[in-house]
Amino acid sequence: MLSTGATVPEVIRAERLEVGYRDNVVWRDANLSIHRGEFVAVIGPNGAGKTTLFRMLLGLQHPLRGSLSVLGGAPHRGNPRIGYVPQRHTVDNDTHVECETLVRLGYSGTRWGPGFSLREEREVARTALAAVGASDLAHKALGALSGGELQRVFLAEAIVGDPELLLLDEPLANLDLRRSRDLVELVHGLVLSRRVTTLLVAHDINPLIQCLDKVIYIANGRVATGAPNEVLTSETLTALYGVPVEVLRDSRQNIVIVGGDENHGAEGG
Amino acid sequence: MTFSWNLVTDLRAMWAYAFMRNAFEAGTIIAIVAGIIGYFVVLRRSSFATHALGHVGFSGAAAAVLFGVNPVYGLLVFTGSGASGMALLGRRAVNRDIEIGTVLAFMLGLGLLFLSLYRGFANEAYSILFGELLGISTSGVVFTFEASLVVLGVLALTYRPLLFASLDEDVAEAKGLPMVGLGLVFMLLLAVTISIAVQIIGVLLIFALMVTPAAIAVRLTRRPLTAVLVAVVIALAATWVGLFVSWYEPYPVSFFIVSIAFALYVAVRAGQAIAARMAPRPGTMAPPAPSSAHETS
Repeated sequence: MLSTGATVPEVIRAERLEVGYRDNVVWRDANLSIHRGEFVAVIGPNGAGKTTLFRMLLGLQHPLRGSLSVLGGAPHRGNPRIGYVPQRHTVDNDTHVECETLVRLGYSGTRWGPGFSLREEREVARTALAAVGASDLAHKALGALSGGELQRVFLAEAIVGDPELLLLDEPLANLDLRRSRDLVELVHGLVLSRRVTTLLVAHDINPLIQCLDKVIYIANGRVATGAPNEVLTSETLTALYGVPVEVLRDSRQNIVIVGGDENHGAEGG
Repeated sequence: MTFSWNLVTDLRAMWAYAFMRNAFEAGTIIAIVAGIIGYFVVLRRSSFATHALGHVGFSGAAAAVLFGVNPVYGLLVFTGSGASGMALLGRRAVNRDIEIGTVLAFMLGLGLLFLSLYRGFANEAYSILFGELLGISTSGVVFTFEASLVVLGVLALTYRPLLFASLDEDVAEAKGLPMVGLGLVFMLLLAVTISIAVQIIGVLLIFALMVTPAAIAVRLTRRPLTAVLVAVVIALAATWVGLFVSWYEPYPVSFFIVSIAFALYVAVRAGQAIAARMAPRPGTMAPPAPSSAHETS
């Protein structure tokens, strides 16, 4: 675990942040401090506002109150220092486009005018695909990939511009436990080798728990953050939800959260 | 005029007539533009919007005929307005089949009214609905050429952002691309392409020239630039062969173009179904690797 001393720059800082839509506050009073190179899980029930946090960091939505700084400045749309993997719906079986094209567009898709640097673009895309162990998928159609393969390609698209902050929205959603662990291992490897600060939205914390530096837990309109063993306690979550919540650990340190709105991590094993 | 196996002599005989030269020139220009724009239509799943814009164009063309204006201007104004409306309502609006269909039916009815108010009803209606490639004037060819240059020029400038926004909407938006603006640009390019394509294929058959070639192409290659090229070749082949055959057979050009596109589509689908059955590989739904897998794109 990294020290949070003054030597490590702060990548995300939020003070008394309140977010939502005009009449509907999604969550409030969030104080976040994420430092360079940290691997952070964003956990919470459906509709708690996990994706809203990402939209805020990406500059797609503005806070109602409080202050937020990302990579030393105000969040703004189109920040090239952020890599993003949204929850997808647009790619399906009918997407007859090869993976390399998508990764290339992650690098040069915002450039106007006719392309003169095709060789360079292709080199960069191949390097990114290799970094996620997906070189063999370069010429496969996106629509022909499995869920795990697709997530690797999306990850390559997100890291192709060498970002300093990586936002991954539910990358484990459609993966079985083994593939979840593989992907987490891959992401963790990128965090360590590139020192890229990474926020990963997940439902189940168990595939992640071994590699996390921090947890952001969003529930009941409030946000708790800190090291995993500080946040994932019966006391913290009870205070967060406002109803009794119990955090249980099995012999292999898998976590089950009982109470609250939902059971998280019940399927972990 | 009898067919000989010397195709050069055949073509020379056809090109002795100005109307055939015009038809070949306009047909070639339109096939190129329709093939390229068609790739984006398929990628963005806007084929129904394309079909609908053709119908919107019908009432525009009919109104122009009624007021004694060149139908292509009516087409441009009506398809341009319809395209802008759809684009400003957002990309999801382009996929709202029921709303689009309702407007489409109304526009077709409106076009019928305009034509009934006009005396030369049958001929005009026929050529707007099904195209009249053999009736294109030299000034029509020039206009088609100019409009195509505009479409291709804008496309060259916006190619990568448009491809990115079409393929991966959410990331493209987060990366700062102007999504509504790009949608508007694309729909306007589509409107112009439809307006000129209606001259040869008509509003009812627009699908065959704008969507079918690209739909075949994406089944043959996974690279955008190669797919665009394949779509253009297919559209060109359908137009040229259609024109060629219609010289010898007393049937409409549009019928031949549509039939060739359809036959190619069926052949590719059937070929791939057979190939998939011959070599069943679990977990892969993709067509077999194209021979162009290693060429530059």
